[in-house]
Amino acid sequence: MKGKAHVYKRAHINTDEIIPARYLNVDKEAELAKHAMEDIDKDFVNKVQVGDFIVGGADFGCGSSREHAVWALRGAGVRVVIAEKFARIFYRNCLNNGFIAVECKEISEKVDDADELEIEISTGEIKNNTKNEVYKFEPLSDFAEELLNSGGLMNYVLKKKRI
Amino acid sequence: MGSTITEKILAKHSGKTKVNPGEIVNCKIDTIMCHDVTTTPAIDLMEKYGIKKVHNPDQIVVIPDHFVPNKDIKSAEMVAKIRRWAKEQKIENFYDLGRHGVCHAILPEQGYVTPGKTIIAGDSHTCTHGALGAFSTGIGSTDLASALTTGELWFKVPETILIQVDGKLQKGVYSKDVILEIIRRIGVDGALYKAMEFKGEVIDELSVESRMTICNMAIEAGGKSGIINPDQKTIDYVNSHSTEKYEIIKSDDDANYSEIIKIDVSNLEPVVAMPHLPSNVKPISEIDEIRVDQAYLGSCTNGRIEDLRVSAKILKGKKIASGTRMIVVPASTEIWKQANREGLFDIFMEFGATISTPTCGACLGGHMGILAAGEKCISSTNRNFVGRMGSPKSEVYLGSPAVVSASAIEGKIVDPRKYL
Ligand code: SF4
Repeated sequence: MKGKAHVYKRAHINTDEIIPARYLNVDKEAELAKHAMEDIDKDFVNKVQVGDFIVGGADFGCGSSREHAVWALRGAGVRVVIAEKFARIFYRNCLNNGFIAVECKEISEKVDDADELEIEISTGEIKNNTKNEVYKFEPLSDFAEELLNSGGLMNYVLKKKRI
Repeated sequence: MGSTITEKILAKHSGKTKVNPGEIVNCKIDTIMCHDVTTTPAIDLMEKYGIKKVHNPDQIVVIPDHFVPNKDIKSAEMVAKIRRWAKEQKIENFYDLGRHGVCHAILPEQGYVTPGKTIIAGDSHTCTHGALGAFSTGIGSTDLASALTTGELWFKVPETILIQVDGKLQKGVYSKDVILEIIRRIGVDGALYKAMEFKGEVIDELSVESRMTICNMAIEAGGKSGIINPDQKTIDYVNSHSTEKYEIIKSDDDANYSEIIKIDVSNLEPVVAMPHLPSNVKPISEIDEIRVDQAYLGSCTNGRIEDLRVSAKILKGKKIASGTRMIVVPASTEIWKQANREGLFDIFMEFGATISTPTCGACLGGHMGILAAGEKCISSTNRNFVGRMGSPKSEVYLGSPAVVSASAIEGKIVDPRKYL
């Protein structure tokens, strides 16, 4: 998977910033997508293209449990989020949606805005095609990989339970 | 090596004798709470997957609270959808307008929280209920859909940080100050992925409601849950609010903690979390003059009856500063009624505050007290992120109900102790 990076270095980017509460009276992905990252980067929705990556700092996605944050990003076209560390519920929400979220140390220092990144889950590598660099990320747990491969929690659970 | 209360509850609910931190367990869920914002997507998901029936309607409690009473057509449609769904699914525990309130205030008050339970909700402050010795954590909508369908949910067993709070609280210093001080020390990600277990003489002394304030803000340190081992106070509270049977589960003396943090709060003064992080905490004596446009008393953190009582005591016979407005939001209908019976509303109204119906309202910048650009609010809530209560150019300062009230008198953030 290949895409352009949008880098937000600051630690503790919270779900209020990813999708402000004033838009939570709807839950449609396309609607939410219009306001993705609005309070931190007004221009984001104009710049982002399908397949892009978000690169964040520590504790990315902290705050409210709103899965709307994941949907807003996905709706806007983002396919991968790489952060130094994720807040717990945001990380869960990503996996549960089959949305790729990986943790990679110092990533926000290494990548610049608009760098072209490529991720290979099976080898645990992120390639920076612009800078010609390769970064290793923390391998996903077996369980997380299974969730991603199933395409999210609902598929996973229904397959197991045969409901 | 023994186990923590959290490990024991998770082991019991996943059919194991012992679990270890890091292990992924599939856990039976006792109670699932649904509010307005995160439930409709879960309903859609279940529909999408062709799931006709929830696993067990009796384990579900539905409490629309964020945009209630409906603030606009979209939120009205959202709650209407949940109402229809609850009816179809024969969910009887539905707290519609008239019995409404902030979900985390209603859940323990109406007896759904008992020691040893597993409780989940699509809301990050679900950690509140650990105050009664339950494992309780916030999740997203897909988790919610999965749990509603199967009655179970996956968890990674968290490591536990033990936070021992000793000493004696000074007059005018409350559990809100204690938890803010803890978050100052460990940071907003100091307990990331971990359970925070609180104990010590100060915790023992606190009322059950004050303990809820502490556990409520575990998520503000990144915690998966906050929890307090049940004691006689817990049992008395639970027995007077619930008819459910329960089992007391406690941490072993030789339980394994990833970290032990000891804090003596005897010298702690009232504190305030400055914008825009709950960890950005300063003692009140070190805060320069900060004028406030709004004082907000409410939320799942500090909108309970004891909070309203503290406030009323400070505000009695006083007048609000000109240029400042105060909104009092009792967190549940029962709290509202109790405050009314005690005559607290007369005090608030005479003071010049306004009283709202129970709602999450402005706590999350939803409605009923939104801030304009440049405005500052002293608030008894739990989060002061950019734009949390309105304009991204507004500022939220977090403090105890006492700080909120004293600040409303003077129109700037002040030490409440002179009014006590
Ligand atoms: S009162 Fe505030 S923090 Fe509590 S559940 Fe409502 S919006 Fe969330």
